[in-house]
Amino acid sequence: MLEIKNLKASINNKTILKGLSLSIKPGELHAIMGPNGSGKSTLANVLSGKDGYNISGELNFKGESLKDVPVEKRAQKGIFLAFQYPLEIPGVNTNNFLKTSLNSLRKSKGEKELDSLAFLKLVKEKSSELGIDEKILSRQLNVGFSGGEKKKNEILQMKILDPNLSILDETDSGLDIDALKIIAKGVNSSRDSKKSFLVITHYQRLLDYIKPDFVHVLSDGKIIKTGCGELAEELEKTGYKKLN
Amino acid sequence: MKQQELEKAKEYKYGFTTDIESIRAPKGLNEDIIKFISEIKKEPKWMLDWRLKAFSRLKNMKEPNWQKPKYPKINYQDLYYYSAPKSSNEKPKSLDDVDPKLIETYKKLGIPLKEQEKLAGVAVDAVFDSVSVATTFKDKLTEKGIIFCPISEAIQKHPELVKKYLGSVIPITDHYFATLNSAVFTDGSFVYIPKNVRCPMELSTYFRINASETGQFERTLIIADEGSYVSYLEGCTAPMRDENQLHAANVELIALDDAEIKYSTVQNWYPGDENGKGGIYNFVTKRGACRGKNSKISWTQVETGSAITWKYPSCILQGDNSVGEFYSIAITNNHQKADTGTKMIHLGKNTKSKIISKGISAGKADNTYRGLVDINKKALNSRNYTQCDSLLMGNKCGAHTIPYIKNKNSSSIVEHEATTSKINEEQLYYCNQRGLNQEEAVGLIVNGFCKEVLQQLPMEFAVEAQKLVGISLEGSVG
Ligand SMILES: Nc1ncnc2c1ncn2[C@@H]1O[C@H](COP(=O)(O)OP(=O)(O)O)[C@@H](O)[C@H]1O
Ligand SMILES: [Mg+2]
Repeated sequence: MLEIKNLKASINNKTILKGLSLSIKPGELHAIMGPNGSGKSTLANVLSGKDGYNISGELNFKGESLKDVPVEKRAQKGIFLAFQYPLEIPGVNTNNFLKTSLNSLRKSKGEKELDSLAFLKLVKEKSSELGIDEKILSRQLNVGFSGGEKKKNEILQMKILDPNLSILDETDSGLDIDALKIIAKGVNSSRDSKKSFLVITHYQRLLDYIKPDFVHVLSDGKIIKTGCGELAEELEKTGYKKLN
Repeated sequence: MKQQELEKAKEYKYGFTTDIESIRAPKGLNEDIIKFISEIKKEPKWMLDWRLKAFSRLKNMKEPNWQKPKYPKINYQDLYYYSAPKSSNEKPKSLDDVDPKLIETYKKLGIPLKEQEKLAGVAVDAVFDSVSVATTFKDKLTEKGIIFCPISEAIQKHPELVKKYLGSVIPITDHYFATLNSAVFTDGSFVYIPKNVRCPMELSTYFRINASETGQFERTLIIADEGSYVSYLEGCTAPMRDENQLHAANVELIALDDAEIKYSTVQNWYPGDENGKGGIYNFVTKRGACRGKNSKISWTQVETGSAITWKYPSCILQGDNSVGEFYSIAITNNHQKADTGTKMIHLGKNTKSKIISKGISAGKADNTYRGLVDINKKALNSRNYTQCDSLLMGNKCGAHTIPYIKNKNSSSIVEHEATTSKINEEQLYYCNQRGLNQEEAVGLIVNGFCKEVLQQLPMEFAVEAQKLVGISLEGSVG
């Protein structure tokens, strides 16, 4: 699904990713853990195709290079990023945004666009499945949303857009246990043999609810350790420092 | 070169020219030209006298210079004041007699004059340069006693109405461009809705400038008699030319007791190229009088075209309990300049006005909201609510808000809110990550920003306007 080889990324003359390699197969869920400032969000941004980075190394998605593929094309190919800090867009109705988004993705795959009725049905189904109050969808996109509402909204979008590769950037940070469970449910209910996940987290807590196939430790722009689920628990006990 | 032209045509898709034989008055502004216009329109003497009076006043007037956008001096002697397709000389009796080239032109503009008759619930008056070339649905409207015709025809057939109301809202000597219009106006629409009649369809005029070096001086007069209702919409386009062309229109609305007029504009005159060459000077005077009690006038405008736009559609709230509204979207891109807003003059008691203005600037454009709320001493218990929002795209454009407020009695309340925001790269990135391309993302954000105004447009035009908003800003980010 995703093949990263010796990825280096810098911005504003600062090198943040310093030779990172990672391979994610269909059906796998990888967790990336690491201290603040280690480059986790940068990795997520670079994978999504965000402008402004100087990049070297190889980046392949579904066997094709992502070089020079713009953000929206990557999204259309099936990459989804749940943002660490979802942005407010005043005036834009959340439902309308999601519908436009879904239909852009469908159009790019040559599928028929959903009409309002079919879309609302889909939204109802997915939000009740996750236990998210669909009322937030009739508000302006992320405007005045609480931290938890913003994160739930990202997960609901993930459910509705149904991507092949979902990248979650600290979606669990700052959430209470109920919200955390909703996020976990969103991920677990989507897992199947074709979908892949890259779950970025700062705490081990989320991994009590989401079982990763692999855990990687990112430090200073490099993956310094890879293991299975137990690595997370070990980290919780010893902290990141010991690994260096 | 070819490729470049194609690219250009994509940006402004109404930029084509119709190759049609036309009759023109010689260049220049003088009494003979005014007599020529009056004669070719077969006007009665009182109309010619009215024009000449305006012209004699014009000689002592100066162009206004308080607006923000400046423009090179216009040589009024170097313009044509009348141009009409030859085929329209003998007024066509029915649509079947209209020159096929003209029918084709309007079809290309998205106004199918023929099909329109059978299809949508919209009656259209099509004005091409200086003449009205076709009006649809006439019979259906006549049944209800509604008059919807070119103003040149109204002058001949309904002189009592025209005499009574023409110039009653915009006096002949109001200001330079209004007076110029009074002297040389050529065509436009006339609407009269009789007492207690609700006009059963949208009335619409489509203005097209085709000829070069020609000014278009449109005159529109709408009268809603007691208890009546009408919704009217105008649309405008022009070919792409390197020269600047002048469009100086006067629009007067009169609402009597309990009557309501809803006037919507989708202005998409050629804005000039990305370097600011060419484009229409859109210097327009629009004013409505809520003359009767409980009357209402609502202006909605979507201004996306023109090199320079100056217009302040206004309401004079004379009748007690009358209501004036102004909903505006003004978009400026590249080198476009807009100075637009409204005047709400409260004279009657319990009068209400509402102003919602959304200005969007991109490129090197400049956008000014300029408004006046004037609550008279006798206009007790009146209210105004004003909201002016500006959206900036990039760092080279400008937005300005200039609200004047004069509240002369203590029982009235005026509220004003203003915001300025910027579309930022992060918002676009968020949208892109959800699969929207740059244009879709900008369209979504901008349409969200102006939703309150778009909602005011008649259904039939809201979708078009929404698309237009997106297109006008194409290429302005990233
Ligand atoms: N646009 C930028 N310009 C300069 N430095 C940046 C920029 N973005 C991130 N950084 C720096 O790069 C490092 C990694 O940031 P980030 O990827 O956000 O870390 P994490 O998500 O792991 O906390 C930090 O030191 C941060 O300050
Ligand atoms: Mg981060």
